[in-house]
Amino acid sequence: MSTLEIKDLRASVTTDAGAKEILRGVDLTVRAGETHAIMGPNGSGKSTLAYAIAGHPKYEITGGEVLLDGENVLEMSVDERARAGLFLAMQYPVEVPGVSMANFLRSAATAVRGEAPKLRTWVKEVKGAMDALEIDQTFAERSVNEGFSGGEKKRHEVLQLSLLKPKVAILDETDSGLDVDALRVVSEGVNRYKAAGDVGVLLITHYTRILKHITPDVVHVFAGGRIVESGGAELADELETNGYVKFTGAAAGVEVAS
Amino acid sequence: MSSPDTVAAAAEAGRYGQGGVPPAGAMERFTSYDVEAFEVPGGREENWRFTPMKRLRGLHDGTATFDGTAAVDVSAGGAGTGVTVETVGRDDARIGEGGVPADRVAAQAWSAFREATVVTLDGTPEPVTITLNGPGAGATAVAHLQVRTTPHTEATVVVEGRGSGALADNIEFVVADGSKLVVIVTEEWADDAVHVSGQHIALGRDATIVATSIAFGGDLVRVSPTVTYTAPGGSAELFGLGFADAGQHLEQRLLVDHSTPHCSSNVLYKNALQGKEGVTDAHTVWIGDVLIRAAAEQTETFEFNRNLVLTAHARADSVPNLEIETGEIAGAGHASATGRFDDEQLFYLQSRGIPEDVARRLVVRGFFGEILSRIPLAELRERLEAAVEAELAVTGA
Ligand SMILES: Nc1ncnc2c1ncn2[C@@H]1O[C@H](COP(=O)(O)OP(=O)(O)OP(=O)(O)O)[C@@H](O)[C@H]1O
Ligand SMILES: [Mg+2]
Repeated sequence: MSTLEIKDLRASVTTDAGAKEILRGVDLTVRAGETHAIMGPNGSGKSTLAYAIAGHPKYEITGGEVLLDGENVLEMSVDERARAGLFLAMQYPVEVPGVSMANFLRSAATAVRGEAPKLRTWVKEVKGAMDALEIDQTFAERSVNEGFSGGEKKRHEVLQLSLLKPKVAILDETDSGLDVDALRVVSEGVNRYKAAGDVGVLLITHYTRILKHITPDVVHVFAGGRIVESGGAELADELETNGYVKFTGAAAGVEVAS
Repeated sequence: MSSPDTVAAAAEAGRYGQGGVPPAGAMERFTSYDVEAFEVPGGREENWRFTPMKRLRGLHDGTATFDGTAAVDVSAGGAGTGVTVETVGRDDARIGEGGVPADRVAAQAWSAFREATVVTLDGTPEPVTITLNGPGAGATAVAHLQVRTTPHTEATVVVEGRGSGALADNIEFVVADGSKLVVIVTEEWADDAVHVSGQHIALGRDATIVATSIAFGGDLVRVSPTVTYTAPGGSAELFGLGFADAGQHLEQRLLVDHSTPHCSSNVLYKNALQGKEGVTDAHTVWIGDVLIRAAAEQTETFEFNRNLVLTAHARADSVPNLEIETGEIAGAGHASATGRFDDEQLFYLQSRGIPEDVARRLVVRGFFGEILSRIPLAELRERLEAAVEAELAVTGA
């Protein structure tokens, strides 16, 4: 039973004008078996939260805690966090020219599993995972994400998810830029990952359409660098109808108070 | 890596030089076999401005005494069919067919050599390895090598530079009509070595050269390949890979001189640099001069230099230069990009559990893979791949 606990997390970025606080006290607990959706306006800090948990060097943690099964994640290097069982499907996956997808996947699996997977079973495993996500085998020989379309990049993020089998997966707008069929394929991939293990999912999205495929247990509204409201799946529908006005107001209130 | 952002980042990581000054009259470059025809360079001249003159061991100003010899060994395999190895005097009529020295060190080597090695390739011989041996620590030498093909030959030659000391040489590649020569030149010198080399590539009608230049070793290595086309239909593919460590100066000065119609050139040179605090900057210099003269209609040319700055205390200078005298060209382009090691790439790989050192190696291996994967000799390719890994291990990058 894995648990990701985020307690009063605060983070800032360095800008030309000095440090800018983006996360202003995030509290969230994701337990194995749960799916949490985070919705919120552009620029509210959702990706920052995801990156801060993953350990992106751009963000400075100024307060709070992140614990994975009681272990202090913030003290770990980026790769240690991944090996501890965290995974971030990025909103903008990075292109790595010259490194083939096949080589990358194998290096990642070797690192996360602690030993190189047996070649024969590995080839089958990758092929199966690619087939399941309707990814053509020729992608294996292409450079990581290089020249991939937006949707192809997102499929490959889920491919990595399915091969690395983390304890907790954070999906940052994995649904953005996907056509209707791709959305179904990718959602099924996430659901298979979820069903196969005792794992938690934190899903950042702007659209309720993915929540028709992946049912969240909790929906959080994120505004002004923190969670301002939490509720059931019906909260997503309400957001779709009414927008974030009500909550950005609340967030502005926080800003004034701080 | 070519975005303004990363270039600016490179400027922080090391020092970044991107010359905007075109070489003074590459079209009218002075050439001579006679060292005395050249003025002694002081270091401010266009073609010497990047070179640390003090480290040239007097090769440029007449103070070097040629007290050593640089043995030129041709591999046993080279004695096979289709390979003729000769040692000839200065008066051999073939010497000079490849080209004429264009700087004082090349002319010095030309004026001083007594015997030249001529390797003639005919038909489809087995790959030949030629070893260029440094004269030994503290010693200085000159050498002259000519590799030539007969018409319609297809051959592969590896020229390996090894050992210590200072060496100035001229290497001619004379590629006959309809033949194809694959050349890999490796600079695998000891840490003290200085190698200044004039390469002269002359391509006959419909002749092809695929030349890969690999620079790892030496204190100062300056290689100046010049490609000339003696008849239409010639094709030159020039690839390069350099890995400069702290204190090393690796300089590559290319001139592709299109003077006949329907010829092509394609240049791709890649360097990685890693310096160290308290040591002279790791320094690479890439000069890519491409001339398309008035007669060279339907020329097709592209050149690209990419530099990957792995650490601070490193400096990559890159000067692409295209001079065109005719409007009738099939295509011409050039580009240059110098970038710092990309933190976003590193983060992405690490976020998948890959430790930092492994991630760095993946990226550098990928960077050089584009060059190394083209080397047709598996054993050599693997040795060079291992050399890249060893370079990376030096600073644990
Ligand atoms: N280097 C930076 N300098 C200044 N501001 C930054 C920097 N990096 C991030 N920000 C700001 O931090 C805020 C939060 O960005 P973040 O990407 O986390 O938003 P988001 O909620 O994921 O938005 P979206 O829905 O558009 O993906 C934004 O206002 C963004 O402009
Ligand atoms: Mg975002």
